[in-house]
Amino acid sequence: LFRLTMKRLSSTSHSSVDSKEMKKFQLLAHKWWDEEGEYSALHSMNDIRVPFIRDTLLNMGRNYHLGNPLSGVKILDVGCGGGLLSEPLARLGASVTGIDPLEDNIRTADQHKSFDPVLDKRIEYKSCSLEEIVEESMETFDVIVASEVVEHVADLEMFINCCSQVLKPGGSLFITTINKTQLSYVLGVVVAEKIIGIVPEGTHEWEKFVPPEELERLLESNGFSVKTVNGMLYNPLSGSWSWMENTSINYAMHAVKLAAREQPSPTDELSEMESKKHSATAGAAE
Amino acid sequence: AAPPLYDVVVSGGGMVGSAMAAALGHDVHFHDKKIALLEAGARKEYDRMPESFSNRVSSISPGSATLLSSFGAWDHVCSLRLKPFRRMQVWDACSEAMIVFEKDDLDDMGYIVENDVIMSALTKQLDAVADRVEVFYGSRAVGYTWPLPSHSCDTSPWVQIELADGRRLQTKLLIGADGHNSVVRKEAEIKNLEHRYDQSAVVATLHLSEATDNNVAWQRFLPTGPIALLPLSDTVSSLVWSTSHDHALELLTMDEESFVDSINSAFWSNANHTDFIDSAGAMFRSAISLLKPSGTGVRQLPPSVARVDPESRAMFPLGMGHATEYVQHRVALIGDAAHRVHPLAGQGVNLGFGDIACLAHHLRAAAFNGSDLGSLKHLLKFETERQRHNVSFITAIDVLKRLYSTKLAPLVLLRTWGLQATNALPPIKVRI
Repeated sequence: LFRLTMKRLSSTSHSSVDSKEMKKFQLLAHKWWDEEGEYSALHSMNDIRVPFIRDTLLNMGRNYHLGNPLSGVKILDVGCGGGLLSEPLARLGASVTGIDPLEDNIRTADQHKSFDPVLDKRIEYKSCSLEEIVEESMETFDVIVASEVVEHVADLEMFINCCSQVLKPGGSLFITTINKTQLSYVLGVVVAEKIIGIVPEGTHEWEKFVPPEELERLLESNGFSVKTVNGMLYNPLSGSWSWMENTSINYAMHAVKLAAREQPSPTDELSEMESKKHSATAGAAE
Repeated sequence: AAPPLYDVVVSGGGMVGSAMAAALGHDVHFHDKKIALLEAGARKEYDRMPESFSNRVSSISPGSATLLSSFGAWDHVCSLRLKPFRRMQVWDACSEAMIVFEKDDLDDMGYIVENDVIMSALTKQLDAVADRVEVFYGSRAVGYTWPLPSHSCDTSPWVQIELADGRRLQTKLLIGADGHNSVVRKEAEIKNLEHRYDQSAVVATLHLSEATDNNVAWQRFLPTGPIALLPLSDTVSSLVWSTSHDHALELLTMDEESFVDSINSAFWSNANHTDFIDSAGAMFRSAISLLKPSGTGVRQLPPSVARVDPESRAMFPLGMGHATEYVQHRVALIGDAAHRVHPLAGQGVNLGFGDIACLAHHLRAAAFNGSDLGSLKHLLKFETERQRHNVSFITAIDVLKRLYSTKLAPLVLLRTWGLQATNALPPIKVRI
């Protein structure tokens, strides 16, 4: 029964957006806000991802008021879809820019926030890809959230690189995604999509799942320091998410963009080798 | 222009509605939210309490006192007037059986507070957060328009409220605190299980024959209904006498002397005792004292009444009710709108305050998570918690009411033994 679907990734475009992926979401563009519908698992994921983002930021020592904990924080929600995560973050006081390559998603998101004047003011939605805003948004954002997105992008390294460019030094990057394991294939694709149907069928391709070790490696080699990795578990009976140690299925990651002087530079490596030689000769001289 | 949009609108400015609005208004997580309270009556000024006591009082439990102090209202109550009581003696007219409630550590069991005092304290605390909580006096809601649960079209996702004077409001969450005939509940088409008791309660303010510590609440179950004496001061107590409609009318219209005589007779007379029950009761009592030497507690004698405050006699009909659902998308019911009980346990308003503590807890968690306040997800948690607590309580009160409404020997024996046993058993008493 266990069959790997071998698909070649078409990365000929200079874009992190995968057009095949876009087609999948097109059909469900108007289903975002039905809490009991196709996206119910994403709605309930807010119960753990919003507190995770909120508490991580509050613990980074900023002054805040409990009534408006994220006031003054500029957040970029990449792959915002219908705005499921943008809205709670904005309610907590943040200024949110939500981007999604699919126009219909942005249309749904815009329409949903329009009835609430506070959200309308704090959130701005744009239909575009991450690369398209890099030039005008260099080092603009305090926080980037890429939730349930990196398993859909065409070129992950370029995606991370763009994140780094639009993020202020010391800024935070939050990612939630799915691990690439046998378990995640069975539970995340077979069971979730084909058997229980809590995720619309065809949403995920196991080949594109990203193991946390690989994500961490890519982040650290692009100027980020990974601070937290936590496993997440979905209970289909209760429809709720919880944290767990094990990252075999879903996981969340928090990384911080290193400030300029903290960047490891090529000269450091050389001097490291020299000091090693030094201690070796010192030892020999004894 | 669209009608003004509020985060929370509380419909009903009684003790429970006002406390709900004040609790949210003083909550730090609601600092930037807009709250409105709709009250049909005019604003009452409570600057100075009159010398004489009001005839509408409530027994406030320590839990309710904690809620009221959480937003600064309890201090006002204490500085106005209240009467703590340490002991509750409950006994039967048809037998010697009685049960005494007392806290071991000599703490206050509860407080008798005039409803006007509570309203004065709540109004003060609402004034203190007037920038967050807008109180609409003289405003009755005449129509509600409910949104579809998952809107994807051009209709507003909020609850629309139309006031009698034509003004309109919108809200993300509507809290119905509009009493046992709740309009919110009716308009939301939430089914209500209700039952009218064939009883009315007579209230009055009584002056005792002699000054005493007066820190005991007394209740005697007569076949026609329970009569209770709640302390207000060393010389004044409040009467709550639940009885048949006819008898209630009689009590209201008879002259003051006869009224006082009826009360004293109700508390002191043993006319309803039968030898059979008395000996059966005595037998049971000696059986218990073999098992539990400390026995069944000391019987104190209730105070006798000298006179009644003129103009203080009033009556109101009694009933019981329970809403099948406490919540719906963007709607929550609290207080008598959700559940109505017989005053025999003195718990009506405490159940309402308990609702407030629970709902406020879930709403502040929702606010801190950036959630939509009207979302059923957290409203259902409130409903489950409160229904679990309330249903067994309300059923018990109803059962007690029916059990004590008879002179039939078997049932009297049952409740006699039951009461004596309960009095002797610490664990059950603590739970109550």
